[in-house]
Amino acid sequence: MRWVNRNMRRNDRMIAGALPILALLVVYLVLAAQRHALNPSDKILPLPDAMARGLSALLFQADPLSGHFLFWTDTLASLERLGLGLGLATLGALVAGLVLGVLPPVRATLGPLVTAIAVIPPIALLPILFIALGLGETAKVALIVVGIAPAMIRDITDHIASLPREQIIKAQTLGASSWQIMIRVALPQAMPRLIQAVRLALGPAWVFLISAEAIASDTGLGYRIFLVRRYLSMDVIIPYVAWIALLAIAMDFALSQASRRAFPWAYGASH
Amino acid sequence: MTTLLSLRNVWVEFGDKIVLEKINLDVAAGSFVSIVGPSGAGKSSLLRLVLGQEVPTRGTISLDGTVLPPECGPDRGVVFQRYSVFPHLTALQNTMFGLECAQSPLLARLFGAARRAAQEEATAMLEAVGLGDALHLYPAQLSGGMQQRLAIAQALLKRPRILLLDEPFGALDPGIRADMHLLIRRLWREHALTVIMVTHDIREAFSLGTRVLALDKRRHDPHAPHRYGATVVYDLPLRPREDDEAAPAQAEAEQAPPQRFAV
Repeated sequence: MRWVNRNMRRNDRMIAGALPILALLVVYLVLAAQRHALNPSDKILPLPDAMARGLSALLFQADPLSGHFLFWTDTLASLERLGLGLGLATLGALVAGLVLGVLPPVRATLGPLVTAIAVIPPIALLPILFIALGLGETAKVALIVVGIAPAMIRDITDHIASLPREQIIKAQTLGASSWQIMIRVALPQAMPRLIQAVRLALGPAWVFLISAEAIASDTGLGYRIFLVRRYLSMDVIIPYVAWIALLAIAMDFALSQASRRAFPWAYGASH
Repeated sequence: MTTLLSLRNVWVEFGDKIVLEKINLDVAAGSFVSIVGPSGAGKSSLLRLVLGQEVPTRGTISLDGTVLPPECGPDRGVVFQRYSVFPHLTALQNTMFGLECAQSPLLARLFGAARRAAQEEATAMLEAVGLGDALHLYPAQLSGGMQQRLAIAQALLKRPRILLLDEPFGALDPGIRADMHLLIRRLWREHALTVIMVTHDIREAFSLGTRVLALDKRRHDPHAPHRYGATVVYDLPLRPREDDEAAPAQAEAEQAPPQRFAV
């Protein structure tokens, strides 16, 4: 049988998908155990108990200096920045994408500008943002927005502009104005694609968040990772990275479910 | 019979390629005009001109004596072969769309009594095209024939002066197509429609139309085939509307061999 035809059952797929992850964990544990056998105070590959100890200090003990439970304040600060950045970028992408996608004169006027901004590496703009907006929250949120919005705008614009011409014509023969076409024809059909764009932007958004936090911050998941790096605290870094991965997966899953729930027509509702 | 639509010396050119040349045409109110012709003869171009999707390079098109603006409007309804309905709206919402646009310029949505009135009107129209049981289904859940019924209902609700059909039944199975022929004939008669239909199917053109136009190039230059455009080479009046209503059985008209009308 050809490999392209080897479809797996649901249970088999779950097992197959779990295997590489388990293998990676086992390899890590073996390597860590080896290092600890040679040097019981090794910090580079901490064993799970060391990670649990390192993390529980941040989870359950208030920081003597600030009185905060650092893990939670870090998570909250990062999620707030990420949420603001994603929210603003999504809103901007939707509005800009709609206007650019539906109205040819606007597309002709602003399309090249969006393309030009999209090709600038956002990290190169970080110094400008810090100078212009200061080192506070604004600059960090702005970096996320500047980093992900242009690609999202282009995606939504292209998607809307490629709606079948027949639909736009039909709407006009039903008496729709440009505005009505925008809000009743283009907007609803852009929504599933917008959620898709947010899901794809999650990765870059985290990159920009961690970068901004690493450079100038006093709280946040990225800040903590880069801070404890100075003490080779892999027992904190690894759980933090795993936590970030978990948050990202949860967001992705929630978005994908929300899209299926809210826009059943976009997922070829069954006959 | 009064002239509803008239084209005067209409040309369509793209650069130095001539698609349509010197089209002079009067369409009487209440007629059912079929347009046939080989691929690339500008059948759909002609339809898009009347629709307002394309602008003639030269000449004028007038509806009821007024020259048409260069864009589509609610006075001309259309059904395309595909993509005629909105995939994100249910059948009922698709049909109500035209009413909502007219009555609510800002939100394009109706509420309360106005909404219920629109729903009733749309439901009645959907029942008339045989979609009474599919009000709340999305187009993806409808078969090809049902989607075309929906597109027709959507267009008719706006009471267009003229209904344009661009190969509306081209993608349907033969059996479904026969049903659709009966439907469009019935609607044409009941709503006193004026219809222009582009089709590949010669039999369909003759069995449905009261008049058949054949588009083709009159002249052909082998060295520059693009320099001559298509025009109306045959204009065959088949039967006036009254005769048609007196016609014995619809099935017979469906079965009529095209040779009977051939020139």
